[in-house]
Amino acid sequence: MTQMIQLIQSLGARALDELGDLGRLGLFFHYMLRGLFRPPGKFLFVVKQVWFIGTKSLFVVGFTGAFTGMVLGLQGYYTLSKFGSEGMLGSAVALSIIRELGPVLTALMVTGRAGSAMCAELGIMRIDEQIDALECMAIDPHAYLVTPRLIASLMALPLLTAFFDVTGIYSGYVIGVQLLGVNEGSYIEGMYKSVEWADVYMGIVKSLCFSVIMIWISTYKGFFAGVDEGNFGPEQVSRATTDAVVVSSIGILVGNYMVTSLLL
Amino acid sequence: MAADDIIEIRGLTSFYGRRKVLHDIRLGIPRNGVTVIMGRSGCGKTTLLRHLIGLKQTSRGQLFVDGQDFGAFGEDALKRYRRRIGVLFQSGALFNSMTLRENISVPLGVHTKLADETIRIMALIKLHLVGLSGFDNYMPSQLSGGMRKRAGLARALAMDPEILFVDEPSSGLDPITAAGLDRLLVELKETLGMTIIVVTHELESAFLIADQLAVLDEGRVLALGSPDEIRASTDPKVVQFLRREADQEETDHSSYLEGLLRAG
Repeated sequence: MTQMIQLIQSLGARALDELGDLGRLGLFFHYMLRGLFRPPGKFLFVVKQVWFIGTKSLFVVGFTGAFTGMVLGLQGYYTLSKFGSEGMLGSAVALSIIRELGPVLTALMVTGRAGSAMCAELGIMRIDEQIDALECMAIDPHAYLVTPRLIASLMALPLLTAFFDVTGIYSGYVIGVQLLGVNEGSYIEGMYKSVEWADVYMGIVKSLCFSVIMIWISTYKGFFAGVDEGNFGPEQVSRATTDAVVVSSIGILVGNYMVTSLLL
Repeated sequence: MAADDIIEIRGLTSFYGRRKVLHDIRLGIPRNGVTVIMGRSGCGKTTLLRHLIGLKQTSRGQLFVDGQDFGAFGEDALKRYRRRIGVLFQSGALFNSMTLRENISVPLGVHTKLADETIRIMALIKLHLVGLSGFDNYMPSQLSGGMRKRAGLARALAMDPEILFVDEPSSGLDPITAAGLDRLLVELKETLGMTIIVVTHELESAFLIADQLAVLDEGRVLALGSPDEIRASTDPKVVQFLRREADQEETDHSSYLEGLLRAG
């Protein structure tokens, strides 16, 4: 009987903890957005973050885009040739990249590269009392640390996605047309006819949503590194960073399904 | 409450999870004086400090600042209060990505409309005050622990606070630097009329700078009074506390200075 009560107690305590965590996550989102309308607005810091999130991710995003386009060219050719419609390769590659793979893979790669780094940076600021110091200087740490990263990511991620799209489509062209001999005119023409503004729009909306998810989760995890345990050490930062990448990635995949179902 | 108390603590009880760390603390902080809160590690002194700077919420008991209930402070009132205070954290809590001058410029840049050149000069003056002239372009990682702490003090003084909170000023410092810091604190009180609250376990330094001493033990105020009153205390725990650490330490000023000379 006592064991039963203990079990119920620990379940209840766990549920309360989780609920409290969710509430804090919601409040953090509110503070992050509120920072858009509050000082200190730091233009230079935003530029630096655009460079950090955007420019420094160009290589990894381009690389992923190239190989994704290449494999799509191969797989698409293999599948379409079964129906004798290799000419559709251009539209197959372009649509799958612009609507799905571009935004999702870009967001996942940037989360791995920049989201983890941001989380670790904020985590170190937390364990070193730097976030406390900001609060004690009457500076809103959300507006100072989180919001500029959100603005930067909202600018950088759609551009990176566009870069991914172009690289992917071109790589698909190289494999399909130059290696496998698909007609060049039909590759371009098929793509030109099938891709509509709505597809591009969907890609942009997705990358904007993923920016918010990535920054929200990554900075949240870093911001509160070790706070729950009341123990502030390197271990807490490393755990927060792992959590940030895993939870952001899950958030991006779930968000992708939801945005797709809303926009279709 | 004495009429000239700037902060009054009434029945403050504090918890970490279920662990009670402060028991019914009652304490008045006199204006324009140095109050030292001392005690062994883990006695709750840093927790008390975190309550006083609004980093830990008061769940039981009350805090009054200038006779106003701290618990009833809204966001704006808390911000106004924090503009009146300066906090030196145990680690210094400098922002790692900025030079010392930029660190000190942060509160000035956010809270004032001063020209950049004026802010630069003010930052240099504060650095000079703590004996760090010429280090303005150094990054925190290039400095020793003691220098980081002094730079942290320069930042805490950036906005010329009315109340200065100092967490463990001399931990990790060599005796000469520690003595310099003690002297600086006394000078700030005497020349600028600052109210200073120091949390420490260094007996020597505590008796040298304090106008009022509070000895904390296991979350309770064991003794409260002027250094002479504490020295004359017959409370066995206070006597034990003082003796334990005072075995090889003299609290008399001249031998304190002799000790410094020997160390030099």
